[in-house]
Amino acid sequence: MSFPTVVFYVLSAILIFAGLRVITAKNPVHAALYLVLAFFTSAGHWLLLESEFLAISLVLVYVGAVMVLFLFVVMMLDINFEKLREGFWKNAPLAGTVGLIMVGEMVLILMSPEASLGSYKGAAPLAADASNIRELGRLIYTTYLWPFELAAVVLLVGMVAAIALTMRKRKDTKFVNPGDQVVVRRDDRVRLVKMAAVKRSEPVAEAESADQQA
Amino acid sequence: MMEFLQGILGNEAGLTVWTLLKIVAIVAPMMGAVAYLTLAERKVIGYMQVRIGPNRVGYYGLLQPLADGIKLLLKEIILPTQSSKGLFLLAPVLSIGPALAAWAVVPFTDKLVLANTNASLLYIMAITSMGVYGVIIAGWAANSKYSFLGALRSAAQIVSYEIAMGFALVGVLMVSGSLNLVDIVNQQGHGVAGGSALSWNWLPLFPLFIVYLISGVAETNRAPFDVAEGESEIVAGFHVEYSGMAFAVFFLAEYANMILVAAMTSLMFLGGWLSPFPASWGVLGASGFIWMALKISLVLFCFLWFRATFPRYRYDQIMRLGWKVFIPVTLVWVFVVGVWMMSPLTLWN
Repeated sequence: MSFPTVVFYVLSAILIFAGLRVITAKNPVHAALYLVLAFFTSAGHWLLLESEFLAISLVLVYVGAVMVLFLFVVMMLDINFEKLREGFWKNAPLAGTVGLIMVGEMVLILMSPEASLGSYKGAAPLAADASNIRELGRLIYTTYLWPFELAAVVLLVGMVAAIALTMRKRKDTKFVNPGDQVVVRRDDRVRLVKMAAVKRSEPVAEAESADQQA
Repeated sequence: MMEFLQGILGNEAGLTVWTLLKIVAIVAPMMGAVAYLTLAERKVIGYMQVRIGPNRVGYYGLLQPLADGIKLLLKEIILPTQSSKGLFLLAPVLSIGPALAAWAVVPFTDKLVLANTNASLLYIMAITSMGVYGVIIAGWAANSKYSFLGALRSAAQIVSYEIAMGFALVGVLMVSGSLNLVDIVNQQGHGVAGGSALSWNWLPLFPLFIVYLISGVAETNRAPFDVAEGESEIVAGFHVEYSGMAFAVFFLAEYANMILVAAMTSLMFLGGWLSPFPASWGVLGASGFIWMALKISLVLFCFLWFRATFPRYRYDQIMRLGWKVFIPVTLVWVFVVGVWMMSPLTLWN
């Protein structure tokens, strides 16, 4: 067995373990961390396929940004595990059926002669100085420009929609415009008042002397 | 040397041992630099505040980092009873791992680099973006309210500033047409100004340089962006429950990250190992590791200077600066650079 094959099996074992733990871990934070491990391991698989751009973007986007926000939310949730597990056995037959159907479909597709996975040789090894980032960039911005831009617009629409749906003007916000804060001068805040010195009023002095006598 | 090792151990084992030796040759001086950066920080800030700083251990306080290291080594690592033990101990590892792994692709001169890959810039961005897990996990696993607040602040801050940082780097890779750090530096060596300090990226990409430098301070949780620690508000933030070596590892990671950001700034905007003088100036014009070291030290000095000078940002101001100032500035400048490159006035051919 060659070294890349060994690495492939090790990574696959970790990936399957992490995937299983994502759905079996009792604590949602642990589950999210196993999902991070799963992403990281599949980035390793992509590196084995010599597609370093996809591998690094997977780590950069999913591990470095998406899962951080995911953890951020999950850490603050207060989940009642007993309640989550209440209807498990009631729903298990339905879930099992759906799962079995999905497995069956995948087996049918992967085993079908049309997919011809049995005779697939794998991608041809790249030359040592080939840069698949350059190639990917060239394809995305020439041949596949329209699909690429369309996908970007769809994502943008999704983003705008999400923000528009959740944005509400809060009435009790204490927001101060930093520009206004910067232009403030002393005269806007402080008023110096000149007044003549005043003598202490008499009744207080009398009360004090009364105290001393007593 | 590599041929010698391969002769004794066989081809693949020889290569592995040789690479391991190179990794040690990078990490060991790194740790030394980190130790003495802490001393430099205390001395520099001391002088800025008209104090002397550490001067008891060794001549001029030079053995202070060793004394600190020994003290931290000998201290007990306390595990809070209610903490999630495994994750509590994993967090410092996840913090220092990325801080050291990123050095794999950092070139010190055009020949001296462990892995000269095509995607080294992307690799550094991906690896450094993972450093936040150490902070988040530490904050959550300690099961303390202060740590948790620190972790949440840190997560929000790092995600916000990563975007501005990424856009600043987009400008750099546009003008150099490469993601390879060696190529990025070499591209700065020729230009209208003839390869001196004026042809480096900091001048044409000045807004991106400033944004990158400030985002770098924010990414490393340094003052004035150190809300994740915030001694006066949340004690020490995410590492409030850590002691002894576990704390020291967080400390090492923070300083290693500082040096990394300084190195990246000097590689991408300050011409890396190139000399600031024209090549015709003989010894002064020759490029070499010494220039790289000087530039890294300059940026690090700025980091220390910021800490001694600026009060801590308020949390909402941090978010505003990241999202409403830096991201628009970088977007506009990326657009300007694009138009500039296509116009006849282009500096980059």
